[in-house]
Amino acid sequence: MSTTYTFKETHLNDSEPLKHQVSELKSEEMIFNLGPQHPSTHGVLRLEVITDGEIVRDVVPHIGYLHRCFEKHAEKLPYNQTLPFTDRMDYVAAMNNEWAFAMGVERMLGIENEIPKRVEYIRVLVAEMNRLASHFVAIGTFGMDVGAFTPFLWMMRDREHILRMLEWASGARMLYNYIWVGGLYYDLPVGFEEQCKEFCDYIKPKFDDLENLLISNKIFIDRTANVGVLDRDLAINYAVTGPVLRGSGLRFDLRKVDGYSVYPEIDFDVPIGKGEMGTTGDCWDRTWVRMMECRESVKIIEQSLEQLTAKNKRTKEFDPREKVPKKIRPKAQDFYVRAENPKGELGYFFRAEGKYDIPSRCKARAPSFSNLSVLPEISRGVMLADLFAIVGSLDLVMGEVDR
Amino acid sequence: MNLEKTDSLLRAEFPSTEFIALENSTPAGFLIPTENIHSVCAFLHANENTYFDHLACLTAIDSGVEENTMEVVYTLYSIPKNFHLTLKVVLDRPNPIVDSVFDIWGGANWHEREAFDLFGIQFTNHPDLRRILLPADWVGHPMRKDYKEDETYHGMTIEHPDNKVSE
Repeated sequence: MSTTYTFKETHLNDSEPLKHQVSELKSEEMIFNLGPQHPSTHGVLRLEVITDGEIVRDVVPHIGYLHRCFEKHAEKLPYNQTLPFTDRMDYVAAMNNEWAFAMGVERMLGIENEIPKRVEYIRVLVAEMNRLASHFVAIGTFGMDVGAFTPFLWMMRDREHILRMLEWASGARMLYNYIWVGGLYYDLPVGFEEQCKEFCDYIKPKFDDLENLLISNKIFIDRTANVGVLDRDLAINYAVTGPVLRGSGLRFDLRKVDGYSVYPEIDFDVPIGKGEMGTTGDCWDRTWVRMMECRESVKIIEQSLEQLTAKNKRTKEFDPREKVPKKIRPKAQDFYVRAENPKGELGYFFRAEGKYDIPSRCKARAPSFSNLSVLPEISRGVMLADLFAIVGSLDLVMGEVDR
Repeated sequence: MNLEKTDSLLRAEFPSTEFIALENSTPAGFLIPTENIHSVCAFLHANENTYFDHLACLTAIDSGVEENTMEVVYTLYSIPKNFHLTLKVVLDRPNPIVDSVFDIWGGANWHEREAFDLFGIQFTNHPDLRRILLPADWVGHPMRKDYKEDETYHGMTIEHPDNKVSE
């Protein structure tokens, strides 16, 4: 079957019209279209910018270019078959997405306490490795947004080590489908723990290099300090979460607050922005928080490795699929589950009917979606060049915004 | 903070309003009359004993043609009190209208736009109720249970097994 497309000049305006009309603008203002194919927008984000010379008067984000109907798919598929779809939301941190989903379904089934300790520690391990990879992308691309090219290459190099390790464990480089409801796809491959330990020793000095090269670089500080200041109250009001909220100075991390999985047994800190280089909540604080979180993630990885090589060692009898339910049919209920993703609070809202294996509603509350919604508030009155810095510092993944 | 305290606070503030405890809902919460949603949310947000400053999630649910209702579910969270609460309103399916809460939580703005886009729920007093994920000239609200796709969009055939398109 062939698909025909009849070109009409008005198509763009019909399907994605501008919010502001040219006739309503003041004489010195103009509409400036940014994206959806601009590299600085980190994906297919389109911004309608009202500018007065070089000053931004208003920003209207237009999203939906990567909408893949996740929620509609989830209404047609059993829980275990929806799991691979969650990988594709925040595609740079797929482990965290599927973990949150699996955790929600396990809690609905009431089996969350039966999961073996080794499975939980492996989940923490791979999720924190994925958090590292996600923050590497965030810091690297943000450096590139504000004009630093080398950190991007360094970050991508180190991220590749993580992706190779996760590929070794799961078979896929970015979209893993590794964490299942009730267990894991496979146990870790033989020798993974040792390799991972080696990687930790390799990566730790790299953070000092990163700090020297980028974070405390004079040019970088000039470019990001006092730019895009997000006030703490405004951040809470817009349901902003994750490193963006912590950059604004609130110590709020769901790994600590909810203490899910084995996080209460692990010792780590939650860094917050203090406005060391400018005002609390500026772009520099957000980036600094991400870098410090990378250091904390390495701490968590080392502690889970300790557990995985000592108390919860690999045994011949261990079966990561032992508790995977044959039939996933939660009783009738509404359920909201949340977990700390690299971008912030990832929540899933489920409505189970009790009669079917398929949820009648599954909504994903994506952290990037809420984080992006605050963009117009913090970018009114900034210079046009700073707008890119603000968009970059929010660390948006459009796959998650549009779902 | 717990559910009983919230319950008694709400009953003291709104004596003539009916609060029905939700069954099988995690986090627990109340079903409230549609016309009270804005005042209840404003009260819960401002009261220093509840202080629900974080609107974690706002979602709509279509119960189908037989029940002929739609629901909007608000998942609130209080950061200082570390407490979750669910609020639910039930709307008339042919004419789903509810007050917007964007002036209480700025984050509600986009979530309400999404509910409007995918379910067709009208939020009164919303400042900018445009489609958000779908194109502006899309026909219908796809998350409704009785939604049928158009056969074509801008002259392009939408190939779907449910759509009987002749070869």
